[in-house]
Amino acid sequence: MLAYAVKRLLLALLVAIAVSVLSFMLLRISGDVATAIAGESATSADIEQVREMYGLNRPLIVQYGDWALGALRGDFGESFYFKTPVTSVIRTHIAVTVILGACGLGFALVLSIPLGVLAALRPNTWLDRLALTISVLGQALPTFWFALMMIIFFGVMLRWLPITGSSTWKHFVMPSVALGYYATPAIMRLTRTGMLDVMSSDYIRTARAKGLRTGAVLFKHALRNAIIPVVSLSAVQLGFMLGGSVVIETIFALHGLGFLAWESITRSDVAVVQAIVLILACFYIVLTLLADLLNAYLDPRIRVA
Amino acid sequence: MNAAETVLAVERLDVEIPLATGVLHPVRDVSFSVKRGETLCLVGESGCGKSLTALSIMDLLPSRAQRRADRLEFAGANLLGARERRMADIRGNQLAMVFQEPMTSLNPAYTIGNQMTEVLLRHRRVSAGEARERAIYLLEKVGITAAESRLRQYPHQLSGGLRQRIMIAMGLMCGPELIICDEPTTALDVTIQAQILSLLAGLQREFHMGMILITHDLGIVARVAQRVAVMYAGQIVETGCVDEVFAAPLHPYTQGLLQCIPIPGKTPRGEHLGSIPGMVPSLMGTLRGCGFRERCPYAFADCAQDVPLVELGPGRGYRCRLTPEQTGANAAGAQVWT
Amino acid sequence: MLADKAALEEQVLEPSPGQLLLRRTFGHHGVTIGATVLLAIILMAVLAPVLAPHDPYHQDLTRRMIGPFWHAKHSAAHLLGTDNLGRDFLSRLIYGSRISLAIGFSAMLMSGIIGSLLGITAGYFGGRVDMAITFFITMRLSLPVILVALAVVALVGGSLTVVILVLGSLLWDRFAVVLRSATQQARNMDYVAAAQAAGCSTPRILFSEILPNVLNQLIVVATLEMAHAILLEAALSFLGLGVQPPLPSWGLMVAEGKTFMFFDPWLITMPGLALFMLVLAINLLGDGVRDVTAPENRN
Repeated sequence: MLAYAVKRLLLALLVAIAVSVLSFMLLRISGDVATAIAGESATSADIEQVREMYGLNRPLIVQYGDWALGALRGDFGESFYFKTPVTSVIRTHIAVTVILGACGLGFALVLSIPLGVLAALRPNTWLDRLALTISVLGQALPTFWFALMMIIFFGVMLRWLPITGSSTWKHFVMPSVALGYYATPAIMRLTRTGMLDVMSSDYIRTARAKGLRTGAVLFKHALRNAIIPVVSLSAVQLGFMLGGSVVIETIFALHGLGFLAWESITRSDVAVVQAIVLILACFYIVLTLLADLLNAYLDPRIRVA
Repeated sequence: MNAAETVLAVERLDVEIPLATGVLHPVRDVSFSVKRGETLCLVGESGCGKSLTALSIMDLLPSRAQRRADRLEFAGANLLGARERRMADIRGNQLAMVFQEPMTSLNPAYTIGNQMTEVLLRHRRVSAGEARERAIYLLEKVGITAAESRLRQYPHQLSGGLRQRIMIAMGLMCGPELIICDEPTTALDVTIQAQILSLLAGLQREFHMGMILITHDLGIVARVAQRVAVMYAGQIVETGCVDEVFAAPLHPYTQGLLQCIPIPGKTPRGEHLGSIPGMVPSLMGTLRGCGFRERCPYAFADCAQDVPLVELGPGRGYRCRLTPEQTGANAAGAQVWT
Repeated sequence: MLADKAALEEQVLEPSPGQLLLRRTFGHHGVTIGATVLLAIILMAVLAPVLAPHDPYHQDLTRRMIGPFWHAKHSAAHLLGTDNLGRDFLSRLIYGSRISLAIGFSAMLMSGIIGSLLGITAGYFGGRVDMAITFFITMRLSLPVILVALAVVALVGGSLTVVILVLGSLLWDRFAVVLRSATQQARNMDYVAAAQAAGCSTPRILFSEILPNVLNQLIVVATLEMAHAILLEAALSFLGLGVQPPLPSWGLMVAEGKTFMFFDPWLITMPGLALFMLVLAINLLGDGVRDVTAPENRN
């Protein structure tokens, strides 16, 4: 078990390094950074000056090495726009994204797991079909449109929820729903399939033959086994949510990493964008690593080999 | 308490399963009884309805299946129409069942100790510690050494034989009055089989339980049972004491089985084994008459009509139109099954 | 004699696997609905010049913000109203289908080729090749796709071509993952061993033995990724870093209508609905293909 964990950790580290190289190179070579920083009205002399100032005329490898070493120390350089360390800029924005991601996943789980379980208990009934229909419709909804529709309906027409900002928990309701619903179909279907499989297994028959109550059979015995793949999927979905929150954050004016990234992109603040891409990639890597370890922990067959 | 008290009485049990292609009748007009301290073997080939009979007593049939009976009494209580809550109180408690797939019948996510103690904790007001002690006691009773450390182990860490013993021990946790074992040794090695059978016989004597042992192996019947009920195509075709039935089988199917299957200790050496020609009939749709008539060498026109159960005495009966004299003569006569 | 004839008839009348597949396909509701709607939208895109009542780019500032026909302030000349620059909304919606379909299809094709090549190679050759490709896939999976797409488009400049190229080079992951495992399964089949024993060249095996057997899963992923590409382009255009105005991308139309959405919600509901229907049709089709070609259905 330990060897497995160490191996996975090393692999995760390698992926993180590879991603950092990729994002670094991608941003530097897909356009001239100096020109982007200098702005539209800059002369070639201005651009040269910018290049000098930020060391953009050095070979790419050197630039990367410089940046990477700094990143290991937690120093991602200086924001071209804010003129303050990238780390401090990110620190003020990271909490919102993490909260949003967690709430989004929370919403998805609260909706899809019960639905999946119910659908599995009553296969091919109206309930099952309803769950599958919700799932199909959910996957076709464009996130930004769904968010805007919710704003019009709940924010303006019904006036139940605030539209922008992040000061109270109410501010996170619509954004969480908008972010989380996209994961719902996959999680619901996996729960349903898992439960269907498990409910027809022999150990469930044994549990019933022991006279255990329905609740114990369902939750203690069935769901406990069916939920294992759902844990992995949830971790991956959370990773996607954290990386894909830019649209939601922009619409709801939530000042998280996605919002910061988008603003930095429009301002050509490459240093910030790079750092955010790396951080979000690391989130995903850590989450999948956690998912693997959790998987191994939940299934004694893997844990106690 | 009368030592020979009846613990289970089943009369005219029917099971119907509606399918897309028609209605299946896997269990038809089944009647038998079991006393405390007695082992009844339900014997028959695969698909004859033995397991479904057991499941219908436990009310663990698949949801599509429908069960009907004139009488289904357990320990003096009527089980027909008993609600799920009541059945759940009885299952694992006074009425236990052990299944035939030890490899998949235990939950891989929980320890043995957890799965064993949960039965007792469910049905009795005991502490966790007391439940653990009972589990250890029973594990030792079924011949498992180092019982305490076994409690902490997971099913996948144990062999099939060990798991089957644990299943039996688990069934005994609440001291049931009747235990149903569905082919408990089929999935195990022959050497382990013998051990498990001795174990079951011993436990049954010690705890004075009623036991229904479902099997397709006549050798097991000879070893373990006091009484036997032979099933064919969903019906019981013969019942009686094991000695009686083996010595003087009345139903042609039973006769065929005994002639065609070698039974260690009973079949004389050097005897030529025969075979019963034909196949088991389909159990779909409305069935009339004797299910065995297509394969029976003595069948005649009247066999196409429903055959009533002929009772020769308490617990001794058979379902055939031939008289005991006729079948007795057939059995003693020349080899019909070749 | 009669018995023989009956047996022969039974043989002749039994449908072939191909016929069974067709029968299942047309009997499947998801497939028929999805395919019909998709075909309708494709037809609409192809016949746009004929169907659209106006030029989608023509601005008429004197006829701004006219509502759709159910609105109080409507006009017969503009069935679905006009936007803030006086352009006919219906025409823009119709032409918008061209953009979504073009991007969806092209990006799917490009990412499909990349992903399939990677996946099949990894699945067939195994070993180090597999390790390297899997590493590459993991890398791609950990990237926040929309941010990378936004960043690249911002630096290079937004246009239809750029969006297609960016999406095509980013959306290949699912192709690779699914085809890798499908190839691994197909590779273990006896017919591959037979082809290898017969001395067939590797490209030949990949093409004639492996590919036909992973084709159904490939089609399912292709539909899902096409839908994915369409939604992503809409999101990019919505954020201003996708297709550029004045192109009538549905995502862009939502962005343009956002400023007025509290008073004239139709400006955002209708393009969004169009997106929803197109993606739904594609997803239904994909799910349907998966159901119909599932191995359980093969006898």
